[in-house]
Formats: sequence, C-alpha cells, structure tokens
Amino acid sequence: MRTTKVLNNIKAVFKRELTGYFGSAVAYVFIVIFLLLIGFFTFNISNFFEVGQADLRAFFQWHPWIFLFLVPAVAMRLWAEERRLGTIELLLTLPVTLGEVILGKFLAAWFFLGISLLLTFPMVLTVIYLGSPDLGAIFCAYLGSFLMAGAFLSVGIMTSSLTRSQVVSFIVAVVICLFFILAGFSPVIDVLSGWAPRWLIGLVSQLSFLTHFASIEKGVLDFRDLLYFFSVIFFMLFANAVVLENRRTA
Amino acid sequence: MIEVRELTKYYGFKKVVDNISFTAEKGEILGFLGPNAAGKSTTMRMITGFIPPSSGTAVIGGFDITSNSLSAREKIGYLPENAPAYIDMSVYHYLEFCAEIRGFSGTQKAQKVRDTIDRCFLSGVTHQTIGTLSKGYKQRVCFAQSIIHDPEYLILDEPTDGLDPNQKHEVRLMIKDMSEEKAIILSTHILDEVDAVCSRAIIIAGGRIVADETPADLRKKSAMHGAVTLSLKTGDTQTLLSCLGNVPDVKSVELLSNEENNIKVRVFPEDKNSLLADKLLVTLMENKYQVQSAWVEQGRLDDVFRMITA
Repeated sequence: MRTTKVLNNIKAVFKRELTGYFGSAVAYVFIVIFLLLIGFFTFNISNFFEVGQADLRAFFQWHPWIFLFLVPAVAMRLWAEERRLGTIELLLTLPVTLGEVILGKFLAAWFFLGISLLLTFPMVLTVIYLGSPDLGAIFCAYLGSFLMAGAFLSVGIMTSSLTRSQVVSFIVAVVICLFFILAGFSPVIDVLSGWAPRWLIGLVSQLSFLTHFASIEKGVLDFRDLLYFFSVIFFMLFANAVVLENRRTA
Repeated sequence: MIEVRELTKYYGFKKVVDNISFTAEKGEILGFLGPNAAGKSTTMRMITGFIPPSSGTAVIGGFDITSNSLSAREKIGYLPENAPAYIDMSVYHYLEFCAEIRGFSGTQKAQKVRDTIDRCFLSGVTHQTIGTLSKGYKQRVCFAQSIIHDPEYLILDEPTDGLDPNQKHEVRLMIKDMSEEKAIILSTHILDEVDAVCSRAIIIAGGRIVADETPADLRKKSAMHGAVTLSLKTGDTQTLLSCLGNVPDVKSVELLSNEENNIKVRVFPEDKNSLLADKLLVTLMENKYQVQSAWVEQGRLDDVFRMITA
C-alpha cells in the first residue's frame, strides 16, 4: 500500500518535471547544444576521421568536459526555480515526502540526460559502417557516461537547493564537479601534497570521475566503479534532503 | 476540526508567532485578520506543515501536523500567498499532476480535473501555459489546485488578493458554496471580505490573537455602534442641537454637515442597547421637525480593526 503510493508519488513528480522541461525551451536548447558540442569536439578537435580507428574513444573522451558545463545548467533550476516561483511551498505541503520529491526530480533530469545521450546514436552507426567496433565496449562506455552524468546531476541538484539564484547554483556546481574531475590529477593533488596525510591524498585521488569513467569506458564493468558512482549520487541526494530540511527549520 | 494548539515560531530571536490557539469546526469560515507582518502567513505555513513550529502544534482532523504530517497534509487544501504555480505548464497538465499526487488515476483523475476546471471557470484556458495567464486566472488555477481532491480542510492565504471586484465576488461565492461540509480558514486584510464570507474572525497583531469573535460582535466594539445618524431640514442648527441633547440617554451629538438648510447629525447613546432612534424620533416629531432619513449605525469593522491592532 505504502510502496505503491511512494512509486505513484515519484512517478507524478517525475512526469511533472519532464512536462516542465519540454514545456519550456530548456529541453530543446540543451539537446541541440549538447549534440553540436559533442560533434564539434569529436570531429574537429579529435579528428575522428583522420585517426582511422573504428572506435569511439575520440567521442567519449569529451563527455566529462561537456557534462561539466551542461549538466549543472540542467540541474540549476531544479530547486532554485521552485524557490523563486514559490511553488516549493505547494510542493512541500502536498502529501509527499521530501525523499519522493528529490528522487522524482533527480530521475526526471537523469532520464532527460539519457535521452540526450541516446540521440548520439549516429556516432555508433558511423563506426559500425566504417569498421567492426567492439560493441560491448561501446555499450559499457555509454553506461559509464550515463552514470557519470548522474553523478554530475546529483551535485547540481544539491547546489540548486542551497540558493534561490540559478547563477550561483550553476557556478558552485561547476566548481564541485571540476574538483571531482580533477581529483586524481596534479592540480588537486599538488594542493594537498606537502601537508595532507598520505591516506587523505589517496582517498581524494580515488574520488576522480575521470579514472572511474576511464575504466568503464575501456569495457571493464568493475563493481567498484558502479558502486562509486551510485554512492556519489546517493550522498549528494542525501545532502540535498538535509539542506532542504535545514532551510525549512530556519 | 482544525485544532491549533499554542503555536509559537521564532525567527532567530524574534518571536513572530506567539502562543496562538484556536479551533475551526466544519461549516465554519474563519477569517484570519491582521496588519501586514502580523504573523498570518507564518501561522498558516505552520498549520499546513511547510515550516515546523518552534513549539506547539496543529491537529488536522485528528492528525498531528508535526508527528503525522503526511496523513494531516492529505486532508488539507492549501492556497499559499501570491498563488504560486508552475509557469511553464499548461493548466490541464498542472491540475493533472495535482490529481495524481492526491492519489487519483485513470478515469477518476480525468473526471476530477474536468470538474475542477468547470468549478473554477477555467474552461477557456485549459490548454494555455500558466505563465501567459493574467493574475486573476493564475489565482484561480492555484485555487483549483487546492480544491481538486475535495479536502475537508481548506487553508487560503489571501485568496482574493489582486483580483478585480467581479472575480472577488466569484471567488467568495465559491468559498461560501463549499463551506457547509468543510472547515475553511482564510487570511485577508480586506475587511469587506470578512463581512461578506466569514462566520468568525480572528484578529492577530504582533503574533498574538487580540480578538476572536463573529464579525457582528466585533462591530459592536466600534464607537459608532448604536449611534443614530439623522438628516433633516431646518435652518436653526443651535436649537436642533440643544433639542437633541435634551433627549434622555443621549451622550453626545455630532454635527456632520450643514448645507443649505440640510443638516446631518450623529447622535451617540449612553447605552448601546437602548432604543435611541425611537426616542429621538418622538422628540423630533413633537417639535415639528421634518426628518428626511434616520438610520442606526452598525459600527465599522475598520474602526475596530484600527482600534485593536494599532
């Protein structure tokens, strides 16, 4: 009884979010820009055709960097907009729990990102036409990209709940996501080395989206990588609930 | 029944709502009055569970809003201040969402949405995006959202704010129509509205309840209540005033206007329950005055409002 109700509520929020996306220009602008950017980077910067390999390395390597800016742009409105319009007061006085609303919102935005990813399918058709790629690896790379998008999104939805300004939400989300991308690399490690204990450096370098994405992209579905992305998502959504609950009591 | 028990809210060290208690029974329309920043909206937000109270609670139809929030919220329809709504959705899709979240599905859902659209006179804008609607329509969309599940308890924060007189009238009629089987709390700072729809009025100021009575009883507190206003034709003002002043039970006489032998005076009684008008008319007749009109003042709510909130 209660479970059907929970699912029903999540579904209702999910549906409302999606109609909201496609009711405004946001969805279409996002999809077009995403496809244009990914095409530009793959063909013009990575010179996809000149490399002469029937794989999608040139395509997937740009995903983290494009997500870095585009996913926070999708996520920034999720709570900030509710706050600005005052609809948050309606939403949180409906007979739904905070968790249901957060999940519904998150899944809707993630689903939308999934659609954008699927629309890159001509890339797959191209490599199939050009040669005989490893389809299993391509599938894994898509899965990794989707999970990474979800992790970016969970950061964005959390920062969106911090402020009523979408701009602030966007910038904070980009900075946090950038940290996650670079965590395993010299810009972040250099800051830490010298004063932080070794275990902390080790921990931070394990937090990088890039390393986890890279291992999935190679076609290796390691349970630890999946667990990593899901725990980032879970942690951020949980933080989101805490932020909202705190703002309510304030 | 809505039972508000000792609700208190602090923002920082500032006490915004101070120990408010009252009950609202079904069949009642409770007017929640007060100057701006008196704590009306904060109180309503606590009753609907949007913000948790610092202490105290509200019990809605037997469910405590702090400990049994979901069950309590199921019974409430809420129209927040400024009537917020999702601006990039159509009216139909928005109401459909509200129906879904209230647990309706399939044909029952479609039926509820259609009924509500009819009841709130929204059929002309069903598929229009909410952001493109005028203020009056937006207000009605938000109102529709609050009644779609036919709730037992309705909480309306300034439901007629920003509407034109015709729309105000329509919304008030709607509220009155529904009042029989519901308990309705509505906040307002328009005093006419209290007269027009409310069966009881609570006035709060500085976060505290300063009056809890029927509008008629409130009006009795006005200095004007029971005074008699007369208009008559005579040239001699002084004689008239002394004549009226000699009637038993008259406390004071106030000259309102004197234009071309047309005099308007207001006579205040010593005791508000005495039949002052009768005594005045008898005296005036004996003295051969021609009375053009005479009426007994009921008192004005805005006087009372100012008296107890200022």
